[in-house]
Amino acid sequence: MDYSAIFTYMYTEIALIAVIVAALLYDLIAGKRGRKAFHAFMCILMLLFIAGTIFPYHSETAEIFGGMYVYSPVAGIVKSVLAIGTLLVFLQSDSWLRREDTEFKRGEFYVLTLSTLLGMDFMISSGHFMMFFIGLELASVPMACLVALDKYRHNSAEAGAKYILSALFASGLMLYGISFFYGTTGTLYFDDMAAGINGSPLQIMAMVFFFTGLGFKISLVPFHLWTADTYEGAPTAVTSYLSVVSKAAAAFALMVVLIKVFGPMTEYWQTLLYIVIILSITVANLFAIRQKNMKRFLAFSSISQAGYIMLAVISGTPYGMTSLIFYALVYMVANMAAFGVISAVEQNSDGKVGMDDYNGLYRTNPKLAVIMMLALFSLAGIPPFAGFFSKFFIFTAAFEQGFHVLVFIALINTVISLYYYLLIVKAMFINKNDTPVATFRSDGSTRLSLLLCLAGIIVLGLASCIFDGINLYSFGI
Amino acid sequence: MNILSLFPAIPLLMMLGLWVSRNIRQIHAVMVAGSSLLLGLAIALVFIFLGMRADGQTAEMLLTDSFMWYKPLNIEYAVGVDGISVAMILLSAIIVFTGTFASWKMEKDVKEFFLWFCLLSVGVFGFFISVDLFTMFMFYEVALIPMYLLIGVWGTGRKEYSAMKLTLMLMGGSALILIGILGIYFGSGATTMNLNEIAALHNIPTEMQRIWFPIIFIGFGVLGALFPFHTWSPDGHASAPTAVSMLHAGVLMKLGGYGCFRIAMYLLPEAAQELSWIFIILTTISVVYGAFSACVQTDLKYINAYSSVSHCGLVLFAILMMNTTAATGAVLQMLSHGLMTALFFALIGMIYGRTHTRDIRELSGLMKIMPFLSVCYVIAGLANLGLPGLSGFVAEMTIFNGAFADNDTFHRVVTIIACTSIVITAVYILRLIGKILYGTCTNPEHLKLTDATWDERLAVIVLIVAIAGLGLAPLWMSDMISESVLPIISHILN
Repeated sequence: MDYSAIFTYMYTEIALIAVIVAALLYDLIAGKRGRKAFHAFMCILMLLFIAGTIFPYHSETAEIFGGMYVYSPVAGIVKSVLAIGTLLVFLQSDSWLRREDTEFKRGEFYVLTLSTLLGMDFMISSGHFMMFFIGLELASVPMACLVALDKYRHNSAEAGAKYILSALFASGLMLYGISFFYGTTGTLYFDDMAAGINGSPLQIMAMVFFFTGLGFKISLVPFHLWTADTYEGAPTAVTSYLSVVSKAAAAFALMVVLIKVFGPMTEYWQTLLYIVIILSITVANLFAIRQKNMKRFLAFSSISQAGYIMLAVISGTPYGMTSLIFYALVYMVANMAAFGVISAVEQNSDGKVGMDDYNGLYRTNPKLAVIMMLALFSLAGIPPFAGFFSKFFIFTAAFEQGFHVLVFIALINTVISLYYYLLIVKAMFINKNDTPVATFRSDGSTRLSLLLCLAGIIVLGLASCIFDGINLYSFGI
Repeated sequence: MNILSLFPAIPLLMMLGLWVSRNIRQIHAVMVAGSSLLLGLAIALVFIFLGMRADGQTAEMLLTDSFMWYKPLNIEYAVGVDGISVAMILLSAIIVFTGTFASWKMEKDVKEFFLWFCLLSVGVFGFFISVDLFTMFMFYEVALIPMYLLIGVWGTGRKEYSAMKLTLMLMGGSALILIGILGIYFGSGATTMNLNEIAALHNIPTEMQRIWFPIIFIGFGVLGALFPFHTWSPDGHASAPTAVSMLHAGVLMKLGGYGCFRIAMYLLPEAAQELSWIFIILTTISVVYGAFSACVQTDLKYINAYSSVSHCGLVLFAILMMNTTAATGAVLQMLSHGLMTALFFALIGMIYGRTHTRDIRELSGLMKIMPFLSVCYVIAGLANLGLPGLSGFVAEMTIFNGAFADNDTFHRVVTIIACTSIVITAVYILRLIGKILYGTCTNPEHLKLTDATWDERLAVIVLIVAIAGLGLAPLWMSDMISESVLPIISHILN
């Protein structure tokens, strides 16, 4: 085997491993003064990493390790989207990590986060179910540690336990499904397996098991029960990472596998997705209306957003893939902005995360309130913000394939979602509060991240070149 | 840069100007400069348009311009105007200009108020200049969302409830529009989003049209106060601050009628012919029901809001008649109703600002206390009930004339029913005027009140001049409109 191919095509993962090693070493070696610069060091490192890998170097797909690892330019784009998300999380996590009881865990946070990112990268690029599973596990096990990182505070430890238990159960089901596929087709390679897929009842059952495993990661209804508790208990920075980066990676991986492997079974998984989409969007929307805690609220909002993302998956077209990636990117900046504000308020007001605490936020912290509002508008799909465009594209993708009723139901749900997003806008701008969150100035890196998110919310939709750029590389059935 | 693109661009620049302004004087300066510029530009546009027509340019849309935005979906930023849109742009510019002066005394969060106000006008102008389905829909939603905060923060009464109701109902409507637009786009072969090109293709199968036509018509009809989807309108108008009521009743509700005509009927002509009877019945109910409801209201704004339901119902009623006369009347009615309602809401806002009540049972004898406002109120009322010489007469006359021209029983019967609204309008308007303006003032507090100030007078006079202008010399406007209506109607009928 020509080992130079590894460096030619696996450059993202290798660079990421280098970043992880750098983080580990820095954590070990740095003295007291060095640790103060740890945050800046990591952010600059991530920035360099993104700058180096954002544009795909090769325009053709390639297989290495005998097809275990598949390089494709579109996967490269997704990886850079995930890396940008990680950078935003790092930027927002500084004030939380500065706290006395977390300061010494700073290194762990970076290394664990980057490990999950590495796992997702492998999962996206895998061409073999074993590789896929390893990637998935690498993405979920460190995630459980991250969720429980604040173990002496709130319900962090409980959230971590819930997460790892559900994750293991889902992984078990998934492995079970994969084993059926191995039994019926005799291979675990994506390319070879497609030839043996014939839609026999056993394979349909196996596909449902496989889907369950990923459905858990994406937190689709009915696999969503862990979501709200975990989101609430986890440290806010981890919650935003969990809700955006991990979700986007799993959604994309799901789409790739469905297209590549389960192409012959399209009608089965489209039916499956059809039901799951309706359930996810509707159930999550109805639950979100009743939430009183911002993190739980965004947990349900993210479940319904995941349902919307699946609209792109169900289409199975190249255009659908483009809109999935674009949606994930837009959703990422909007959700990161919302979580950034929540995190800033939480850190500066002694842990206030209730919706009532946001009453009158505009009077005391106008800028944060405006950013929150724009983020919510983008999530709700209000023009001229990016969310409007991304929603329009996924609706078009599903509509094109004839899912008219499904799109209609999803559209009606956008009105419900607008209702609960407006409840927060109402709290911040209209409601009165005798004890509002005091005026504060959040730290520099949070402000930087919010600014980046804001720029994303405004620019991503209006600048069509980003969508067109992704569209160059997408593939479908 | 195309002159049309300036219309949404100027409010955007105004927003930028507002953002950097530091005190109320600067805010007012930005608003006055911007809205005067818009008004001037709109008047110039009318002359440019008429000049181009006089030069023999017969294309359906003039001043067209487009550039590709999202290639995979054939989404373009495409602009262009015909006589209908020119009339609507002029109307919007007048209302934005007068709305600025009508909210001159605003005290709470002036800057934010005008920021949202400008965003609203970006949406309105953008909607009227667009000829691309996607861009049009985008501007439509841009115009809707500021309403929530404008009513929720600056409104009166049950403002939070009204704001939420209004936003959700209109957004529900826009969800219907969106799916309808997708249906049209894919039904016509997914090659273009341009309105005129889709109309020229004319290839949407009739069975698909039957699905999308009612969906889009209802979608826009929600904003056009189509019965039974009008319930947001009275609450919304009653709770909104003055300038917002003016813009909303004056311009935003016209988006509904305009969209029904330009998208639902123009692009789905076969279904429009087949299914128009359902909506004719609904709009007839709107017209009569709105007028009757206005009779029993006691809040000045509610009276006007229900009267709007009735008059906007008439707009939809007229376009569904599908002949040139009635459709010209519909556009004239949009113009006339926009100006009248804006005048009404402006006056109500001014009266409320002084008396702090809008309940007609507590108001009386205002003519002696504030003669200027009262006389203007009488003029607005007379325009509303269709006195010859004012705009309402011209519009309603044309509508009923056109509607009755259809010589089948159904159309004639509904026309006669709709005509009764004129009488009912007279009932509530005259009763109202008699009650609050004449008689003796019973509340001693009211005797100390003063008449209109210069900013209020300016706003009111501009509107009255426009109403009288349209009423006394309607031909230049109605000619411009009817020649643009003609190709659309003939497209629908063939």
